[in-house]
Amino acid sequence: MSEDIQAGLAEILEEVAGVAPADATPEKSFTEDLDVDSLSMVEIATAVEDKFGVAIPDDELGNIKTVGDAISFIQKNQG
Amino acid sequence: MSTSDRDVVVTGLGATTPLGGDVASTWEALLAGRSGISRLTDDWAKEFPAQLVAALASDPATQIDRVRARRLDRSQQVAVIAAEQAWAESGAADAGVAPERIAVVFGTGIGGALTLLGQDDVLEQKGPKRVSPFTIPMLMPNGPAAAVGLAIGARGGVHAPVSACASGAEAIRWGLDLLRFDRADVVLVGGTEACVHPLPMAGFAAMRAMSTRNDEPERASRPFDKGRDGFVLGEGSAALVLERADSAAARGARVHARLAGAGATADGYDLVAPHPEGEGAARAIGAALRDAGLSPSDIGHVNAHATSTPVGDTAEAAAIRSAVGEHALVSATKSQTGHLLGAAGALESVFTILALREQIVPATANLDDPDDDPAVQALDIVRREPRKASLSAAVNDSFGFGGHNIALVFTTA
Repeated sequence: MSEDIQAGLAEILEEVAGVAPADATPEKSFTEDLDVDSLSMVEIATAVEDKFGVAIPDDELGNIKTVGDAISFIQKNQG
Repeated sequence: MSTSDRDVVVTGLGATTPLGGDVASTWEALLAGRSGISRLTDDWAKEFPAQLVAALASDPATQIDRVRARRLDRSQQVAVIAAEQAWAESGAADAGVAPERIAVVFGTGIGGALTLLGQDDVLEQKGPKRVSPFTIPMLMPNGPAAAVGLAIGARGGVHAPVSACASGAEAIRWGLDLLRFDRADVVLVGGTEACVHPLPMAGFAAMRAMSTRNDEPERASRPFDKGRDGFVLGEGSAALVLERADSAAARGARVHARLAGAGATADGYDLVAPHPEGEGAARAIGAALRDAGLSPSDIGHVNAHATSTPVGDTAEAAAIRSAVGEHALVSATKSQTGHLLGAAGALESVFTILALREQIVPATANLDDPDDDPAVQALDIVRREPRKASLSAAVNDSFGFGGHNIALVFTTA
């Protein structure tokens, strides 16, 4: 389950920010490790909603620091 | 000519245009008489009175990384492509110039129109939450200058003159001033435009400013010709690296030409129509000559703004005749490139510099039957074939809706 989410997230990261899929591992920080800026995070949130049906509210987006944080959020909120 | 610390030289050139993806291929196509103009095949264009464009010869996607490109409007993409070419050619990156002494001046006429209009479609069809977070940095008219500044690491100021079709030339003038006032040591200047889209096309057509010679694309842009009926919208960008002559010489930089002077005036006549006698344009040329310390007789070549509109070309011919005289060889290169709006002045400055460097004046295509206007008749407009010439100084004119007039004087290195 979380592997599927990680793979889906990796696809989004590659499309939006050019992150190599192998680099999209749970411990990676979006800003520190993957060079994803705040505007790209907004795009990623939109893409997550499309792919997983999970909306990330703005006040939650700020708490998502790592790929692992995003995986957990999606897992927790998926229907 | 002596080298003083006010002397400014051009040490790098870059361009992506309807004639080629770089300066060399663009110049070769220009001298070969090739046209960059074609008829739109898009469905939307079928009902349009003017269906011609001068599209980029080289798709930006082949010249810029995908992820980088998706955060840049097309006008920014081509600006970055041209700027990086000029920057690389100048060798300034390896010269150890402090980023705080590198400035950028990059103009655009329209800005990120494709982004503005594309995201408006997203807004209408999918709602506000689907509008891209990159919408504003992609549509703002300083966006190209900012993207270029980031690309070359400029921290000495990034500026974006906006004066319609004079924007590219105004950027060059602004760069000259920055160097003369010692605000920077190296300035990357240029202009960009990419707005081939139904709305700008419909807007210009509504002004009756565009050629409707849809069945003869390559013959549509015909500056100074009796049969001219408007301009052809082009897209692309051109960039130049400027620095003071003494510091360029100290680092052994290749010098293409000297930027000897600039003049800027306003018509104060009408929002869009040029003064019929080209009064403001002539004043700009006169001011540029005085700034360069040259006489009209020194000018061997004029790259005219000449967009192929009925009123604009005759007004400019009058201005050239009164401010320069009848001896200079005149070229109207929009006959092959189309009108790149905010990039036009930068691209035509590149052509002016190459004419000086190579001692050859490009021809004006499609000038089969020169207008009966006495000034057009009096000028020596080069046509049919490029003409070899002995040139020491040349002028590039640029004018923009709003009554903006910029003249730039270049001299041989």
